[in-house]
Amino acid sequence: MVDGWFTVEGEPHLIGAKCPACATIVFPPRGGACPNPACDSDELDPTPLSRRGRVWSYTENHYPPPPPYVAADPFEPYALAAVELSAEGIVVLGQVAKGVRAADLRVGMEMQVAVEVLSHDDDHDTLVYVWEPVP
Amino acid sequence: MSGDVAILGVGMHPWGKWGNDFTEYGMVAARRALGDAGLEWNDIGYVAGADTIRNGYPGFIAGATFAQKLGWTGVRVSSSYAACASGAHALHNARAQILAGFCDVALVVGADTTPKGFFAPVGGERTNDPDWLRFRVLGATNPTYFALYARRRMDLYGATNDDFALVKVKNSRHGLDNPNARFRKEASVDDVAASPIVADPLRLLDICATSDGGAAMVVSSMDFARRHLGSTDSIPRVRAVSTVTPRYPQTVLELPDFATDSSATVAPPARGFRDSIAWSAYEEAGIGPDDLSLAEVYDLSTALELDWYENIGLCGEGEAEALLRSGATTVGGRIPVNPSGGLACFGEAIPAQAIAQVCEVVWQLRGEAGARQVEGATVGVTANQGLFGHGSSVVVST
Repeated sequence: MVDGWFTVEGEPHLIGAKCPACATIVFPPRGGACPNPACDSDELDPTPLSRRGRVWSYTENHYPPPPPYVAADPFEPYALAAVELSAEGIVVLGQVAKGVRAADLRVGMEMQVAVEVLSHDDDHDTLVYVWEPVP
Repeated sequence: MSGDVAILGVGMHPWGKWGNDFTEYGMVAARRALGDAGLEWNDIGYVAGADTIRNGYPGFIAGATFAQKLGWTGVRVSSSYAACASGAHALHNARAQILAGFCDVALVVGADTTPKGFFAPVGGERTNDPDWLRFRVLGATNPTYFALYARRRMDLYGATNDDFALVKVKNSRHGLDNPNARFRKEASVDDVAASPIVADPLRLLDICATSDGGAAMVVSSMDFARRHLGSTDSIPRVRAVSTVTPRYPQTVLELPDFATDSSATVAPPARGFRDSIAWSAYEEAGIGPDDLSLAEVYDLSTALELDWYENIGLCGEGEAEALLRSGATTVGGRIPVNPSGGLACFGEAIPAQAIAQVCEVVWQLRGEAGARQVEGATVGVTANQGLFGHGSSVVVST
């Protein structure tokens, strides 16, 4: 589902895709045509993204999202942050690391990628990238 | 102007949580619009339906569904889906048919029956669909995105929860006597503050509900209107319909996306997507925000109404809270926004909503809006945005 969106080897970071012709970046990573309307490239190659960025905005969900989200029971509010990666010129939405709440965040704050368990199904852990404040 | 079409009639089925088939609402709205226009169903040469994706096959072919519901006449149909902008797309189709000379008079209709609670993605495991993935991977509901925009206003411009609540207070007063509104009860700042947090900083009363409802309008060529009415003086007419999509790179995080486009290799356009929605309509109509008597904007959340003030040019960036507090956007003020009561009083019935916005402008321009009447209204704009890059804005003037 999110295979290839991030790596857990070494320091975790996101993986996007980059156009070999015009160098534009997309996330989530995908193949196929470059989204730049001025570029004819039909390829995009996986590329690591900056590990750190700054908070564009953030929120905290206080109600369990509907399926297909697998909500914890009992449900605990959790934060999400949209983080701007300056080198790539993109903003990426992700959950925030467990234990970090909206009250701990501010627009402009520096964040980095980490990896946590999103859900357990059939003894299998689904991992997901999260944003955590830079210590 | 040669590009105008006349709005001969408008009608709605009241918004609520009625639980009936959506086709019932569409039929009631259509019959009211026909009655308002003084026309018969047989007079209609084209039906432009706005689709609903939560009511099975009939919802995907709304034009045919409503035509059959009203009784097959051989009428030509189209069915449009553009999320919240579907109604404007349907109007755009109808207008194009009229201006191309393929028909004289068209019916535009949209209606929805909505489930309880959060909008969830359509069923099935669809790992290539960003709308499915954002729920599965992030639990990012629609209010999650609304909250990101709200929090940004707070951190960048100093907006407060009270500012957001004041939007609800204003709209709840506007909608008190609107017979088509679902919520007709005054709300105070304290009421909003006492409602539970849904997505911080937004509370339940900051966020619009999902509703059942239907809206319709009858539009025609100016020649047909002249023949039908004897004169087109002071008849509300569609001056512009904007159905713009973003220009690359789109740099604001939008539903249902995980990320924005990259601005690293291509500079962002001078006018961002949300600004371009109404400004494209202004350019087509040859007007500017100073010419407006009123605006109906898509207040999916209270805070989002403030974003729209800036997007449609009522004030500069970061100035919306001051504009709201000045009373300018209240009925009686300089530029009333959402005199209908907005989504705060209606809740959202997706394919009907953009049509409902135009209905309100028409009632205002005819002076038929009762207690919420904007005195001397001559020009109104609607603005709305549907997920996956659908802009919608309609300029109506007499």
